Amino acid sequence: MKRNLLTCLLLLAIQFMANAQTDIDGLMMAKNNFCVGPVYSHSSWKNYWEGTLKRDNDNIGTFNSNMFALMGNYGITDRLNVLFGVPYIKNKVTAGTLHKDAGIQDLSLWLKWMPVEKKLGSRSVFSVYTLGGFSTPLTNYQADYLPIAIGLHSTNFSGRLMVDYQNKDFFATASGTYQYRNNIHIDRTSYYTDEMHISNEVEMPDMASYNVRTGIRTFRIVAEAFFQQNYTLGGFDIRRNDMPFPSNRMNASIAGAHFKYILKKLPNLSLEAGGSYVLKGRNVGQAREFNVSAFYIFPLGHSRVSSSHSCKLCGIR
Amino acid sequence: MKKIFYIITGIALSSVICFSCSKNVEGRTDKTPALNPVSQDLNAGEWKLVLLSRPDTFAVAAPAVPGTPEYTGYLNEIKGYQQKLSGEQMNNMRYWAAGGVLRWNEIMRELVAKYNLPPYQNDDGTYPAPNAADPFNYPMFPFANPPYAARAYAYISAAQYDALVACWYYKKLYNQKRPYDVDSSVKAISGRVDLPSYPSEAAVIAGATVEIMKMMFPTEVAFVQQKLEDQEEAAIMSGVATRADIKAGEALGRQIASVFTARARTDKAGQAGGNPELWNNMANNTAARGEKPWQSLEVPKRPPMLPLFGEVKTFLFDSATLVRIRPAAPFSTESSEFAQQNDAAYKQIKNPTREQERIVQYWADGVGTYTPSGHWNAIAAEDFIKQNYSEVRWARNMALLNMGQMDAATLCWNTKYFYFNPRPTQMMPDIKTLTGIPNFPSYISGHSTFSEAAATILGHILPANADKYEAMSKEAAMSRFISGIHTQMDCDSGLVAGKRVGEFTVLRARTDGAE
Repeated sequence: MKRNLLTCLLLLAIQFMANAQTDIDGLMMAKNNFCVGPVYSHSSWKNYWEGTLKRDNDNIGTFNSNMFALMGNYGITDRLNVLFGVPYIKNKVTAGTLHKDAGIQDLSLWLKWMPVEKKLGSRSVFSVYTLGGFSTPLTNYQADYLPIAIGLHSTNFSGRLMVDYQNKDFFATASGTYQYRNNIHIDRTSYYTDEMHISNEVEMPDMASYNVRTGIRTFRIVAEAFFQQNYTLGGFDIRRNDMPFPSNRMNASIAGAHFKYILKKLPNLSLEAGGSYVLKGRNVGQAREFNVSAFYIFPLGHSRVSSSHSCKLCGIR
Repeated sequence: MKKIFYIITGIALSSVICFSCSKNVEGRTDKTPALNPVSQDLNAGEWKLVLLSRPDTFAVAAPAVPGTPEYTGYLNEIKGYQQKLSGEQMNNMRYWAAGGVLRWNEIMRELVAKYNLPPYQNDDGTYPAPNAADPFNYPMFPFANPPYAARAYAYISAAQYDALVACWYYKKLYNQKRPYDVDSSVKAISGRVDLPSYPSEAAVIAGATVEIMKMMFPTEVAFVQQKLEDQEEAAIMSGVATRADIKAGEALGRQIASVFTARARTDKAGQAGGNPELWNNMANNTAARGEKPWQSLEVPKRPPMLPLFGEVKTFLFDSATLVRIRPAAPFSTESSEFAQQNDAAYKQIKNPTREQERIVQYWADGVGTYTPSGHWNAIAAEDFIKQNYSEVRWARNMALLNMGQMDAATLCWNTKYFYFNPRPTQMMPDIKTLTGIPNFPSYISGHSTFSEAAATILGHILPANADKYEAMSKEAAMSRFISGIHTQMDCDSGLVAGKRVGEFTVLRARTDGAE
C-alpha cells in the first residue's frame, strides 16, 4: 500500500517502499476486507548525482527524510481492490543553513484489477494485473525547495501492467509503469532550466519505471528481493554546483528487500519491514531507506475470508 | 463485473485524454504584440547622453537614396525574402517585432541566470576564481552574481540608450523612408513604423548589445551573434529596414558600445574580488574596532563575494557622494540591541507560514536566477509592454533603472564591506534559512537596496504604479527578514539607501530631456 508514493517522491529523497497487497505486488485483498495500517519510513543520503556526476555537499551534510503514512487496501471484489495512501513527511539536512520542511504530502489512489488468474497444474498459478493510479497534493506545500521540499506537487496519473507467477513457495513478479505528470506552479515568476522560462508554470516530464521482484511467499511469510528502475522521460540535469529543480531528469536504479509476517495468534495482523538502496542515479540522492509497518485486516460486511492470506495456492480464495 | 470494466475504462480514457494535452509552457511575453508606440519621440536625438558627449560623435554616412541602383538592390533583397517566408522566419519576425530593447533585456536576464553559479571548491578547500582571460575553463567566466549582474545590466542598457539617441539623431537628419513606403510592393509584415528608416534602430540595439555582451559573457559570443543576425534578418524580411539601414545601424551601435566597454575596463570591477590578504585585513580591522567580523557560512569557507565592488565607478553620483550617503553604522555586535535584532530573526524563523514561504521564494532571486536587479527588470519590462513606448524611450527607462541598480549595488557593497557585519545565522546558528544564505556581510540588505532603488525609479516613470512598486519593495525587503537571511535593521537601512540611489536617478530622469 505504500509504493504508490514512489514515483511522486522520486526527488532527491526517494522514499521507497515495498509491501504485500500493494500496488506493486501480485496479491489481492479478498472481497469486503479492509486492510489498513501505519507505515514509518526513514530515508537518508550523503551523496547525490549532480547530473551524472556523483558528489557530496558539505552544505547539506546528510539529507534525512522521515515519513509517517496511513495506507490501506479495500477489496471491492476478489479481483478488484482500491488502495490509498496519505503520508506526512519531514525533511531536513544536517549541515549548512537550510531550514527543514514538513507537511502532509499527496493522496494517492490505485485501482488494482486482476483480469487473469490461471492455475497451471496444482503447483503453479499465473496472474495478470492492471492498475490505474492517481495522486494529487493534499496541501499547498512548496515543490521548488529541493532537496528539502516534501514533494514535487504535481497531480499524476499512472498506468501499470503486472504479471505474477507462483510455483509452490517461490514467486516472481514483474511490472512496468507509465506515469503522466501534470505541470506544476511555483512561487517564482521565472526560472532557468537549460533556458530561461518567463513563467511560474513548470513543465513536468512524464516518468516510466519497471520493477521485478522475487522470493518466497508462504501462508505466513513473504520474503522478497526487488529491483526497480525509474526513468524521467525528459527533464534536465542539475548544473555544476546548482540547486536541484522539480523538472530535473531524475533517474534511479534501486535494489531492495521486503519481509512480511502474519501473526499466528492474530492472523488479521501483519508486520512488515523492508529496505532499499539506490545503486545508481541521476539528479537524485543515493538514498538508503528502511521501513516498518503494521496492517490489520477488518472484515467488513459479508466477506468470505476473514484473514489476510499470502499464499495463492492453498485455495482460500 | 460490468461496473469494474467501466471503472477501468474510465481511468484508461482519462489518462489518454491527459496524454494528448500539451504541456508546453508559454512564457508571459511570448505573444507580445508588435511594438506600436504612442509616440516615436522624434526629438530623442536631443536627449541627454550617458557617456557620449554628442549624438554625432561617430559619423554615419548619408544613405543611398531611393531610385538609385544601389537602393533598388536593397529593395530586391527584401522582395526576394518576402516571396517565400517559412513559418520559422515568420515566428522570428513576430518575436523581434515586440521590441529590440525588450527582447535583449530578456536575453541578458537569461545569460545572467545561466552564469549565476558559485564555483565549486578545489580539493584543498580553496575556491577557484573565474578568469576573464580564460573564460571557457571551469569555473566559467563570469560568476554572474548580483553585483556583477547589476553592472552588466547597467552597461548594456546605458549603451543601448546612448546608441539609440544617436540613432534617432541620424534618423531625423537623413529622414529616409521605410522600404514599404518607397515601394508599395514591399509588405510591412510586422506593421508600419512611423519613423525614418536610416540607420536601423533594430541593428543599433543589436550592435551595441552584442559588443557589451562579448565583454560581459565572453563564452556566449556565438550565441549573441546569432541573436543579432536573427534580429537583423527579421527587420529586413518584415520590410522595415534595408541592408544599408542595418549595416549602418550595427556599426553605429558597436562604435558607441566601445565607449562603454572602455569605461567598463577601468571601472575597478575587474579588481573587485580582492585577494586573501585583503579578506583577512577586512576581518582583522573589524575585530580591531571591537566588532565581531563577518564569516562565510559556507563549508569550506568561501571568500567574500566581490569585497571591493563598493569601489566601482558609479553612474549617477561620484565617490564622495557615495561615502556621504552610506548608511550609518549598525548596532554594535556587542550591544543588546544587536542581540534583540537577531533574537527577532530567530523567533520569526521558528514557524514560517506558507504565505511567508511564498514571499521568500518569490523574491529569493538566488543562485541560478537573474538576481534581484534582473527581477526588477522583468517587473519593469512587463509593465513597459503595456505603455507602448518607442524603442528609444524603452531604452531610456531601462537605462535609468539599471544605472540605478548598479549604483545601488555599489552603495550596498560599499556599506557591507565597510561594516563587515555578521549574518543572523553567524550570531545564532539555530537560525536556519528558507533560502540560500548569500556569501557576504549582512548590513545592509542587498534585496532592500536594489528593490527600493528600483521602486523609486519605476514609480517616477509610471506614477500610477508607484504605490504598487513601493509595496513590492517593502515585501522584497521583508522577505529577507522572514527567511532568516537578515535582521530588520539590515532591511530598513537597505530601503533607506535604495531610496537615496533612486532619488539620484530621478534627478537625472527629470533633466534628460525625455520628460
